[in-house]
Order: sequence, then C-alpha cells, then structure tokens
Amino acid sequence: MLASVSRRAILGIYAVIIIVPLTVVGFGSFKSTQELFAGPFSLPQSLSPANYAEVIAGQNLGSSFMNSVIVTAISVPLTLFLASLAGYAVSRLKGFISWAIFGFLVLGMAIPAQANMVPLYVLFGRLGLLDNLAGLVVANVVSTLPIAVFILGGFMRTLPKELYEASSIDGTGPWRTYTSIALPLSAPSVAAAAIFLFVIHWNELLYPLLFIQSPGNRTLPLALLSFQGEFQTNYPLLFAGVILASLPVVVAYVFLQRYFVAGITAGASKG
Amino acid sequence: MSTHIGTAAKRKAPHSHPEPSATKVRRRSPTRVNPALYLFPLPAVAVIAFFLLMPTLQAFQYAITDWNGFSAAFNYVGLDNFIRAFTGDSLFTNALTNNLKFVLLVVIAQTAFSLVLALLLTKNSRGSILLRALFFFPTILSSVSVAFIWKFIYDPNFGLANSVLGAVGLESLQGSYLGNNAQALYWVAVTQVWFHAGQMMVVYIAGLQSIPRELYEAAEMDGANRWQQFKSITWPFVAPATSIVVAYTTVQSFKAFDLILGIAGNPPKGSLDILSTRIYSTFANSEFGYAAAQSIIFMGMIALVTWLQRRLLRLTPKGE
Repeated sequence: MLASVSRRAILGIYAVIIIVPLTVVGFGSFKSTQELFAGPFSLPQSLSPANYAEVIAGQNLGSSFMNSVIVTAISVPLTLFLASLAGYAVSRLKGFISWAIFGFLVLGMAIPAQANMVPLYVLFGRLGLLDNLAGLVVANVVSTLPIAVFILGGFMRTLPKELYEASSIDGTGPWRTYTSIALPLSAPSVAAAAIFLFVIHWNELLYPLLFIQSPGNRTLPLALLSFQGEFQTNYPLLFAGVILASLPVVVAYVFLQRYFVAGITAGASKG
Repeated sequence: MSTHIGTAAKRKAPHSHPEPSATKVRRRSPTRVNPALYLFPLPAVAVIAFFLLMPTLQAFQYAITDWNGFSAAFNYVGLDNFIRAFTGDSLFTNALTNNLKFVLLVVIAQTAFSLVLALLLTKNSRGSILLRALFFFPTILSSVSVAFIWKFIYDPNFGLANSVLGAVGLESLQGSYLGNNAQALYWVAVTQVWFHAGQMMVVYIAGLQSIPRELYEAAEMDGANRWQQFKSITWPFVAPATSIVVAYTTVQSFKAFDLILGIAGNPPKGSLDILSTRIYSTFANSEFGYAAAQSIIFMGMIALVTWLQRRLLRLTPKGE
C-alpha cells in the first residue's frame, strides 16, 4: 500500500517535471515576453505566429533549417552505407583479419570528438572543408562511423552463416549477397542505427561551432546557440527556435518510437 | 592450396558428388573467401585512418609545440604545455575540478535515479509503457534546446522554479540557481540528469526484465523482504546494466560541452567551465599547441576515470 503510493508519487512528480516545462515552452512560443512572464502556465491569448515569423525570416532560422536538412540527409545514409559495407565484410571474413578490421573501426569510439578539435580543424583547413556544409558532412560521418559499425557489424555477425553460404554456392558475388541478403535481413538494426545517427547529426553542435563562420552556413543548433547571446531573456523567441529545431525529431519519435529506443540504447551499450 | 581444392570441390558438389561428400564440402566452404570482400571495409578504414587516427596522432605532435595555428614558425617546447596546464593555469585546473565534480555528481545521481525509474516501470503495463516513452523523450532533444528550457526554469526573476516556489509559499527556497556560483554546477547536473535519465532507464529495464521471476518467488517463500530481495537478486543481476550505465554516463557527462555552452553562453563563466569548453576557449584563443595538450589530458582523464570505475564495480559483490 505504502509502496504503491510512493511509486505513484515518484512517477507522477517526475512526469510533471517533464511535461510542464515542455508545455510552457510550447505555449510560450506563441506569447509575448510580458505575457509569458505574467503567466507562464496559461494558454496563449492568441496563436500568433509572430515569434516564428521573426526567427524564421528575421533571424534566418529558415536557411539554418535547410542547412541542417541537407547535412543530415547526406551524412546519415553515407554513414550507414560505409558502416554496413564494413559490417558486412566483418561478418563474412574469418579469424584475425575480421577482428582486426572490426577492432580498428570500433576503437574510434574511444576518441571523444572534443579531443580531436585542433588537428581536425587544421586538416579541414588544408582540405578546404572549413565554413561549408561538405565539411560538416565529413565530420559527422567520421565521428559516428565507429559506433555505426559497432551496431551494424554486431548485428550482422548474428545472421546465420548458412544464408551467405547458400548464396555463394549459387555463384552470387559478395555485392549481390550484401544488397539482397545482408541488408534486407539487417533492416531492424539499420533502422535503429539510422534513427540514432539522425538524432546525433541533427543535433550536432561542436563541428558547426568549430568550422562554420558565415551565418548563411549555420545549422540549427549553431543558429540557436547564437540566439543565446542576442536574446538574453527574450524567451518566447528562444522557445520558437527550440520548437522549430526539435520538430523533425519529435515527429519522427511519435511515429518510430520503437526504433528510437532500440537505436539510442544500442548506442548506449557501447561501454 | 586447400582453398583452391575447396573451391573446385564446391563447384562440382551439387552435380557430381553423392550425399556424404556434399556435407564435407559444406563444412569446408566457409574457408573460401571471395577476395572482393576485402574491398568492402576499405572506404570505412580509409576514412577512419585519415580523419580520426591521423589527427589523433597529430594531437600528440602539436601538444609539444607552441604553435598558434597560423604562423609557419613554431618551437618544440617539450612537456611545457602539460606542466603549464597542471601548475600555471588556474583556468585549466578550475575546469578540471569542475568536470570531475560534475561527472561524479551526474554518474551517482543518474545511475541511482534511472534504476529507480526502471524498477518502478519494469512491468509491461500500458501505463508503464506510456511513462517510459515520456521519460525517454528529453533524450532526443538537442542539448541547446534543453539548455534553453532550463535557462527559463532557472531564471531568477521570471523563471518557472521560483514562480512555483512563490505560488506555494516557499519564497525562502527561491534562489538564483545558475547565478549562484557556488551552486551553478549542481543545477546543471540536475539538467543533465533530466536530459538523459530516461535513456539509462531503458538500459536498466532491459536488464531487469531478464531476471527470472522464480528467483523472487523462491526468495519470498524463504521470507526475504523487499530490501533483501533487491540486494541479493536484483542488484547482482543488473550488474552488467550498471556497468553500461556508469560507463556511458561518465563519457556523456565529460562531454557535456553543448549543454554548458547553451545554458551558460560561450565562453561559459568560471564556475561552469569544464574541460571541453576550456579546450575550445584555448583553441579559439589561437593557442593550438596548448589546446592539443589539454585535449590529451582530457582523453587521459576519461580513460582514467573509466578504468577506476571498472575496478570499483568489480569490487561489488556478485552473488553474496
């Protein structure tokens, strides 16, 4: 009895601590500063899109949104492609060479991106990858390739070997086996990895902060960060930015929740 | 040689050989690897070697110079950068202390809290599934978004925390949160736990659901109370989940760069400066050599703390 009451209390309070701030942000994005400060919990008086119009057009969040879309739309499939190729090879090769390749690729997870910022900046400078979206794509692919190999390679190793052998007896080359057997059978883990990468690449802040100078090349998180200095306490404006930046991920979460949990948890179990 | 024989035998197998040798061939066929297969991991290996391994090695080279990132000339300064970091740079030692404090706080709070949530939501009832989805939700947001939400909660004048405290008559508990330098780091730790506890809860739930129910039934028959059951069944059985949660939370809180910049601004004030933000500031200040040295200390710290935790976790009783 007591246990069930305290269970409900803990869960209820924590649910409130999550729901209330998110609701306040949602409502607040339609309010004026005065209205928000007067009653943060109240419904907005009108669904005026003024804050959204201001951040999208006035603060160029629209173009940052497009930059984020472009970078994410290229870097997620590219990472998945490279990682699944490597994962597939690792699952079919035998013995030391297989472990060596897997180990080499996965070891990168131990190197935090923030520890590499100086040499990466110098290298990107030499390659002309500073201050453009191509550089962000490369950085995203590099930083998440190890974990993607870990997730996909780990899954592909569990596929029954007989499937591969059957197809190689039929005389099918490795490329056909990869596209017609390995990839379709790995669909759940590819989906989980895709979601995981989508969240990371969409929310990435460090690389844009390091590499991007021109406001026109900013991605959403970087554009949002620049608001922080400009609009110290203009919270409604910040909130409209938060909603815009979160919208694609939230919509995806609503429809693909299962893969989110699987993907982000697979990413977490790398320890 | 044997590979060749295997290849030849296999080609013939389906047509000309009777049953017994066909099984023999099937057992051998795995040794035959199509050489084209070695091309598949090449792009990934090349990308990692060029953009991850090489820069990491270069960091060690930069770390022993005074290079400013622009001029062609620089000097090798040996270990001076490392000595400066630990003895002559209060900004760096401050960030190091803050970071270790932050990691310790978040690891303890997040591990405990995510385990509590998981214990309360282990059963797959509709309510549990709904609450799990809710508690997981903050994890998918960007750090900058989370930072802005909590900036408003903590705002001393207009913020949610103080309004709620004021509304229920607890004005005495109202504070300035991030504005209070003695407390600021703790409040960011609260935010970090809110951000990621749901993610770690999911890891714990997977661990909890794998515990056989019979163990609890047997323990109950032996008259073991809840706490005894937790101590002798649950805790040892979730040990693998605990080590995942602790290791992941450690790395995550070492890297709380985005959250700190979002909540404290760039550069953050001293009481909220951590290693990654300090490295960034040093880098932005064109001290490339020194920033590289700080990066190496940063990597070393993560490795050291992770290693210490593994040792400590191994000390926890497994089946007592």
